[in-house]
This record gives sequence, structure tokens and C-alpha cells, in this order.
Amino acid sequence: MDFQLTDDQRMLIDTVNSFTKKDSHVERVRQIRENPVGWDRAVWAKMGELGWLGVPFPEDVGGIGGTFLDAGLLIEQLGTTLVPEPYVPSVIVAGLTVSNYGTEEQKQKLLPSMIEGKTSLALAYVEKQSRYDVSNVETRAEKNGGDYVLRGKKEWVINGQSADHLLVSARTSGGAADAGGVSLFIVEKNAPGLKISSVECMDSHKAGMVELEGVKVGKDALIGEEGAAAPILERAQDYGAAAACCEGSGINQSTLTMTRDYLCEREQFGVKIGTFQSLQHRLVDMFVQVELCKSTAIMAMLRADSTDEVERKRSVSAAKKQLATGGFFVTRQGIQLHGGIGVTDEHNIGLYFKRMHTLCALYGDEAHHVDRFSSLPSFTANVS
Amino acid sequence: MDLSFSPAEIKFRQEAREWIQSAMPPSIRTKAAVDGAFDHDEQMSWHKILYKKGWVAPHWPKEVGGPGLDVAQRFILSEELELAGAPTLSPFGLGMVGPLIIQFGNKTQKERFLPKILSGEEVWCQGYSEPNAGSDLASLNLRAESDGKGSYVMNGQKTWTTYAQYADWIFVLARTDSSGKKQSGISFFLVDMKTPGVVAKPFLTTGNTLAFCETWFENAKVPAENIVGEPNMGWTYAKALLGHERTLVAGVGRSTRQILRMKRIAAQTEINGKSALEHPGYRGRIARLEMDLEALRMANYRTVAGAQLGKAPGPESSILKLRGTEIQQECFELMMDIMGHHNLNWFNAPGTIPAREESVASEHNYLRAATIYAGSNEIQKNIIAKMVLRLPGT
Repeated sequence: MDFQLTDDQRMLIDTVNSFTKKDSHVERVRQIRENPVGWDRAVWAKMGELGWLGVPFPEDVGGIGGTFLDAGLLIEQLGTTLVPEPYVPSVIVAGLTVSNYGTEEQKQKLLPSMIEGKTSLALAYVEKQSRYDVSNVETRAEKNGGDYVLRGKKEWVINGQSADHLLVSARTSGGAADAGGVSLFIVEKNAPGLKISSVECMDSHKAGMVELEGVKVGKDALIGEEGAAAPILERAQDYGAAAACCEGSGINQSTLTMTRDYLCEREQFGVKIGTFQSLQHRLVDMFVQVELCKSTAIMAMLRADSTDEVERKRSVSAAKKQLATGGFFVTRQGIQLHGGIGVTDEHNIGLYFKRMHTLCALYGDEAHHVDRFSSLPSFTANVS
Repeated sequence: MDLSFSPAEIKFRQEAREWIQSAMPPSIRTKAAVDGAFDHDEQMSWHKILYKKGWVAPHWPKEVGGPGLDVAQRFILSEELELAGAPTLSPFGLGMVGPLIIQFGNKTQKERFLPKILSGEEVWCQGYSEPNAGSDLASLNLRAESDGKGSYVMNGQKTWTTYAQYADWIFVLARTDSSGKKQSGISFFLVDMKTPGVVAKPFLTTGNTLAFCETWFENAKVPAENIVGEPNMGWTYAKALLGHERTLVAGVGRSTRQILRMKRIAAQTEINGKSALEHPGYRGRIARLEMDLEALRMANYRTVAGAQLGKAPGPESSILKLRGTEIQQECFELMMDIMGHHNLNWFNAPGTIPAREESVASEHNYLRAATIYAGSNEIQKNIIAKMVLRLPGT
């Protein structure tokens, strides 16, 4: 057992930390509201230049051959100032899926340019009725000669409004909720029949609402085997959940620090409000949850790529549930302890709260992960 | 970073697990198999078995009889003992006065007391709290006055002296000077329970067990050589002990065992033709608790890994007592809910309800003490607010 960082990891954290402090202040979250891209292409390119977008990828696609853990540590730092660039949806959720399951041609086509910060990706798997069930897919892909024709709708595609390539799940066989029969395709943003409209999310980010009206893709657009994408998508969703835990841990730490500082500076009844025991204990309760979230984020980072599928799912679900309870608690109480100013758009504490809200809704909410955790064979092991 | 145990640690875990199973006498094993509660005699017989193996005081240094296990091995051993449902040993000698004597005692005290703590020949209890000194422990009032002839005379009362009725010795914080700050006039005494004037009276807890005593000292004469360290320095010593073995306070192994017990009870409990384990409400609650325990386990692992590198327990360790005791309580609260009418059972003849459920209600009630003893959780929060979060004082 070892929780020490390597020198390389420490250096990475320091570099990202100095970037968030100097070049990506929280104010950027307000600035992107007016930006149709939803984030800043120049910053994305800069992240590519620094090698950050290639952290979890092998060298043959332009990556630096790091691990999920390395990426997780980076994401945690990005969370501290709510950096809006689409690291999680593009690099982690879509990027790792291509890297793990794509063909050599697909990897070379999608990854090097994204790693350089020239393009970005998005995974379109959510539908109106699907919630977090990756097999619940109504979008269909009909075979047409050697090609596929995609018809259907995808919702809340994170970074879908700006991605150059979408990974789209569609049913090649079976009924709407069957585990088998789901396939995954690469779709270019300019493909005829593809309509993407941009919607606002609570956290000032944007998402794509996607309509596929007879979008034609070749067989070379298929990721993995036809009809076998459910486990790929489940793993992608787990990557997203683990990354959300890392980002949430960064959010927690900033929220705790801001709130602590506020208690030490704000005066009422002639004293610093941090002298009041009820507020002190509330801040301690927040601290406890911050530490628990950090602990489970580490667990998720280390096990997101576990070859033991039960262990991976068990750990990621436990971590995401911890974020949903603990992270919510921290950011909600952060507002409470700030009082009235905490409820204004002007104050940053609300931005952290809103981003935490989004992270909790993405990649499986609390109920989903509690349900999955208790459906794993580990839950009933040794009971009888 | 790596969450896995080393091959040597995995081997140690296996050895510990096998040894525990083979070493438990049939009576204890039978009881452990249905999660029974152990009495004092059973505890002491298990103490002696662990003593023979050399594992009774895993955290003691080798030169005073410890087995020389490292932090991870100690954590593993404690986890395996808890998982096996083995009797919990009394912490007062092995975990409290023993380490204090090791750190602050003189040679004579070490030779006189440590071997018998290890062997279980002498049982200890703790004389800290008083009727008017609970969370504000430093305001304690039991007086020890020098008689000028090499002894101190003690007068006063201690309370919540857990299992004092079985104890041969008691360690006592007593006031030897009331002239200065309340913390600075306290001395740490080792007192023979057979001393004339020392009387312990057990009383019933909400768990219907005689776990607590009131202990009176009436002109009890204690030789001056039974002061540990310097007179009037007792508060400093007692505080130094607080950080001791903090990696184990979370009771992660014990709660893991209780969750398994809970699932076994749930699997045998029928609700509308299905087991409670399949009941969506209970299933979800059990899962949430198990996930909470996983979070605590990870926080605990971070402390263990830190301690192994020789680091003093960091801020993450201060949450172990808080969350550990809350989760211990939640385990029993949920078990009580799952048991339904069986949770009404109160010390009836065996067989009235399933054996595994028999001690749940009593343990549930007694465990209300977990968030109170060893510094109530509110006091823990005060400490974190001040020491970790550096919030302003009043």
C-alpha cells in the first residue's frame, strides 16, 4: 500500500496548480457563458502544448504513456478553479474509449490531433429514456450495403456542441433495453443528416442535443464489434464517474478553504463568525466529507482501470456515491456558511456548488451507483 | 500510488487468518460464528491465547514484549481479529497504561507492570472521568495529597470506570496541585484496586450490562513511586497518549464484520415473501452503509500508509474516530430496523429469536457510548476546528 506521489506526478500537479492560479481564474466560468464554443480553444491548444491532453495515452498516438491516476491528479487540480475546458468528456470519456477499443486507423485519426489540442471529442450515449443505463438505446443503425445509417436522438452530450467527432451509440439489433445489440460509431461533426443544437447547463458549460436523421457512416466507423458496445459504454461511464470524483475533490478543497477563510474574516455580533461553535462544527463536518471524498477519489483513480471488473465497478460506484453525498454536503454548506452573499451569482461559492451539482448528475447519480453496487456479486458474497 | 498489499503482507494476512481460526477454542468459535457477545472470562482466555502467540500487544516495541510487527501488519492483524469476530480485548492495559508506562515510566515501573499487562495476569481500568469532569476533564477534583512520608492520600470519586469490577489496577489522574492552571496540577498514578479505601460499584448501562462503575477513593494511600513520570505532569502524558495507535480507532474490520452480520440477518428475515436483503429499501440502506465504510476504509488506509513512512497521523486521521464511531452505531441501528419485532427481545432465554440477533439490541444500546467515550465526537470537532482548520478561538 502506497499513497506517495512520484516525482513526475508531483511536478505535474505543481504545473497544473500554477496554471489554475495564474491563467485560469474562476472568473473564466462567467466568461464562457457568452462563448458559443463553451470553452477557450486557445487554452485547449495550450493544454495540448503542455502535454496534458496526452497524459493517459500511449506514445504511439502522441500521448505521454501515463496512467488514469496521472490524469486523475491533473483533473483534481483543474477542479480547484473550475477550469472549463472539456478534459473529462474529450480526453477521458471519449478519448480513452477510442484508445482502448478503436482500431489503429481510428486511433490515429482521432487521438493525435486531440492530444495536440486542435480537436476535441464527445461521447453521445444519453437518450431521453435512458438515464444511466448504457444499454437503453433507441437510436438505430441500419445496415445499408457495407455502411450503416443512423437514426435517432441523443441528449445532454457533454461537449457535443463543439466536438469535432462524436462517438454515438446506436442499436444494430435487439429491443430498446437489451444488453446485446448496441454498437458504437464515430460520427464527424459535419456529417450530412447530423444536427446539433447547443443548450446551456447549470454550471455555465454547454451540451449538445443531437439529432441523427439518416447519418451514413462506413464500417470503419464502428468501434469494437458490432452489437458489443454495452461493456465499452459502461466502462466509459465509469471513467467519467471516476474523473468526476477527482474534479469534485478539487472543488471540495477550494470550497473548504474559501469557507474557512470567510469564517475567519466575517464579523457579526462584534466577533469573527468562526468563533461560533455551531459554525465551527459545520466546517468540521465539511472537512470530514472533503477527506472522505479525497480518499475515495484516490480509490477510483487507482481502480478505474482495474482488470477485475467487479472491483472496478464496486470502487467507482462507492466513490461516486461518496461524491454525491459528501460533495453535495460540502458545496451546499459552503453556501450556508457564506450566508446571503453565497446565494448571489457574483460570489464564486455558487459556481462551485453548480459545478458539483452537474458532476453529481453525470455518469450515474447516487441512486444509480447504490443500485449497481448492490447488484454486484460482491454484495452478497459470504452471506450464506 | 498503489492500493494493494505486498505479497508478504498478503501472506501475513493468510497466516493470521488461519491461525485465528485454529487458535479459537470451540466455545469461542461457536459464539463468534453467530456473532455472540463475549463475557470477561472469555475475553481473558482469548487474551492468554494471543499472549502465548506473542500477538497480544502488536504495537508494543520488541524490547518490552511486542512482536515487532510493522504498521501494515498490525493493521492487518487487527482487521483479521475483528473480521473473525474474536473477543475484543480490554484496551486499558494493552492500549493505554502500557504504552504510557513504556513512554514515560521508569525502569522499575516497566519491570513491575508491563509483563503482567502482557500476560493478562493483571487487569487494568481507567480512572479519568469524574461526576463533574467529563468533556472538561482537566477540571477533575480527585485529590492526592502527600503525607510527607513517601505516600499520597487520595480522596474523591471517578465514574464511567469501565469494567472496574474485574480490574486489579487502575490508572488515575489526580489533582496534586490546585494553585496554577487546572491542567498543570494533575499527576498520573498507578493504584492497586485492593488498596484500602478504594471501592468500585458497577451499575447497569442502557445495554443492560454492568459495563460501568463508580469508583470511590477514601483516604486511599498510594506510594509515591506509583506516580508515572514527574508529579503535576499527568495531563501532558495523558494527552500524548491520545494520538496513540490512531490508525486502529476506526474499527473498520469490526464494522465490516457487522455489515456481513447484518446481511446474514437480512437474508433470513422475510418481508412480503422476499428476504430483507432483496427488499429495495433495506438493500439500498445496507449498500449505502457499506459504501460509507469503503470511504472510511480508504481514509484509514491513507493513515496506515502514512504511519508506515513514519509520518505522524495527518489531518485525515482525525476523522477516523468521528466517522468510525458513527458507522459503528449506524450498523446496529440498521440491524435493529431489519430485525423488526425481534428488536423488542430483551435478555430472554436463548432461542427466543435467532442466535445471531440475540445481542444486537444490547450492543446497539451500549454503542451509544462510542460517540461519547475517548473524547466525545463534539470534543473531537472542537479539536479539529482548532488544530486542523485553525479557526479563531473565543
